[in-house]
Amino acid sequence: MASLIETDIVIIGAGPVGLFAVFELGLYDLECHLIDILDRSGGQCTELYPEKPIYDIPAWPKISGQELTEKLLEQIKPFSPGFHFNRMVTGLEKLDDGRFEVTTDEGEKFRAKVVVVAAGGGSFQPKRPPIPGIEAFEGKGVFYSVRRMEDFRDQDVLIVGGGDSALDWTLNLQPVAASVTLVHRRAEFRAADDSVNKMLALREAGAVRFEIGQITALRGEDGALQGATLKGPEGERDIPCSRMLPFFGLTMKLGPIADWGLNLHENLIAVDTEKFETSEPGIFAIGDINWYPGKLKLILSGFHEAALMAQAARKIVNPDKRVVFQYTTSSTSLQKKLGVK
Amino acid sequence: MTKLTIVAHDGVNFDIDAEDGSTVMENAVRNSVPGIEAECGGACACATCHVYVDDAWAEKVGSPQVMEEDMLDFAYDVRPTSRLSCQIKVTPELDGLIVHVPERQA
Repeated sequence: MASLIETDIVIIGAGPVGLFAVFELGLYDLECHLIDILDRSGGQCTELYPEKPIYDIPAWPKISGQELTEKLLEQIKPFSPGFHFNRMVTGLEKLDDGRFEVTTDEGEKFRAKVVVVAAGGGSFQPKRPPIPGIEAFEGKGVFYSVRRMEDFRDQDVLIVGGGDSALDWTLNLQPVAASVTLVHRRAEFRAADDSVNKMLALREAGAVRFEIGQITALRGEDGALQGATLKGPEGERDIPCSRMLPFFGLTMKLGPIADWGLNLHENLIAVDTEKFETSEPGIFAIGDINWYPGKLKLILSGFHEAALMAQAARKIVNPDKRVVFQYTTSSTSLQKKLGVK
Repeated sequence: MTKLTIVAHDGVNFDIDAEDGSTVMENAVRNSVPGIEAECGGACACATCHVYVDDAWAEKVGSPQVMEEDMLDFAYDVRPTSRLSCQIKVTPELDGLIVHVPERQA
């Protein structure tokens, strides 16, 4: 049974800007639900550069992507937002009552008066390795994730990569598949030592094969995979296989956002600079995903955009409520909301 | 200033006066060298500024650090002299450095 969540605001993207939007909206008692394709919050900050110091966050001479995310989570804790991870927003529709209905690939529906797109560079999706003609095999012989183990039963599986996904699936599919061959360009891995040791033990026992090299070509017919060319230290040779799982990391794609009828500017969502509203009233776009003249893709710009967006959003959610702008330093009512009074 | 030559995949040479301390990637982007995408902007978080260091320079430039080596797993057609150009800093010792842009980025 697909669930339905009714709330004030749906925020697409739980990166730093989406998180800070919860704070700004929370000051006006607006309830937020965040949806993100990744398995945790932080977006690019935690996915791409958790350990990298950022030097241009005001008042933080140096802070890592991971720390920044943790601080933001601490800051928005009083507002208890709903988090929905591992989901991609697929649909966005306007309802007759003026609200928006947001649908995810997991089948949930969210209804809200305001939608805030804070999707950064788009949704993280598996990177397609640059092997000529690979598209023709996708979904039949080449998969970027394992949705059902059964699809791999009694198959000759070729797994390419040297990270945790590659190692984990080598171990998990080994009992199910007819054969498993792991290909990585070197003998060092980026995966947990325990997984690597297990894989090496299986290789020792003859249960999996491990080859050093890179896949340069695929062969097969009508999407049915029959083999792959391995370019290794000793030259090229063919590895027969019926399934391939390439794990080449993640890349960002705009994805379904492009189909929502919003005005775009070179794959970014065009907004005004007063409210950061898109061409569709009630839908806002903040952070790296938006565009306006002079736009800078900085986290601090996203924070500013979140604050101004919140002023417009509260008027949409509560049109009749009179609100006086207040400062967190002096307002006892805001301090109560933050749990410090 | 240090002389740097970036050879695009179509064979066109980009002769650049590079500032010491800048990265090879930054010079490639500033001079619009085709084939250097640098998606992540130099954070060593993608593999789209992949280059082959010219054999004559490979030893002087040195080999990648662990993080860069990990990232190279995502590059296309990695070879013994492969480097991510955002991780090569221009220094006077590298005057005359030659790097080659691969056929494609991952």
